[in-house]
Amino acid sequence: MTRWLRLAAFLVVAGALLLVAGQIRRFGEPRLAEMDLYFNRYSQDEVAANNAVTAIVFDYRGYDTLGEATVLFAAVVGVALILRKVKK
Amino acid sequence: MSVVVRTIARMLVPVGLVFGAYVIMHGHLTPGGGFQGGAVAASALALILVSFSAKELKPVKGLLSALESTGGVAFVVFAFLGIGFTFFANAIAGMGGLFGQPVDYGPNPGYLNTSGTLPLMNWAVGLKVLAGLGSVVLLFALFGEGEDDR
Repeated sequence: MTRWLRLAAFLVVAGALLLVAGQIRRFGEPRLAEMDLYFNRYSQDEVAANNAVTAIVFDYRGYDTLGEATVLFAAVVGVALILRKVKK
Repeated sequence: MSVVVRTIARMLVPVGLVFGAYVIMHGHLTPGGGFQGGAVAASALALILVSFSAKELKPVKGLLSALESTGGVAFVVFAFLGIGFTFFANAIAGMGGLFGQPVDYGPNPGYLNTSGTLPLMNWAVGLKVLAGLGSVVLLFALFGEGEDDR
């Protein structure tokens, strides 16, 4: 019974992926490119940075980086909490 | 570890730290940035840990902890510089002065004195990542060596 369930799940997922695979656009031709083109055109004018990726990460998407730093801080706090010296 | 590993580690640790500082410093010009450069520098610390012992880095544990907090606070402070417009607005890009050189659209050789708050934020995040990852591997190494006083 579980075997048939697994097979059915596999077939459904594989069929969905194959169905979508036919509709993928070719590499380098995204459907919505306005934002990419905007970053490419204006990151040097607005942020004065040659590296558009850093301009996005630290300027346009600064909140994302703030959250990332918070995640790292939480990870460090967790490690320090688990590996602390336990007072008897 | 053996004397071969220790000798190579003595040569590679300064190289790793300098390369990490380079990746952080040129984050607004070349691929990389604060996170990547901090991870490179932290891997140099991990090299010290695996080739020597965790006791070598135990004195800098407090420094790493302070550096982590300083990096996080400095990042938010540089974000607050643009609060007159919005949070995280780049207030000093293209304004002249420190990191304020404007850049025209198109190819250029890459000038270090550009991008406003981006290099400062790169340094803040780089120091934070270096201290964070370094203290994580240091804590694990101290735990693995059975050091009692952590």
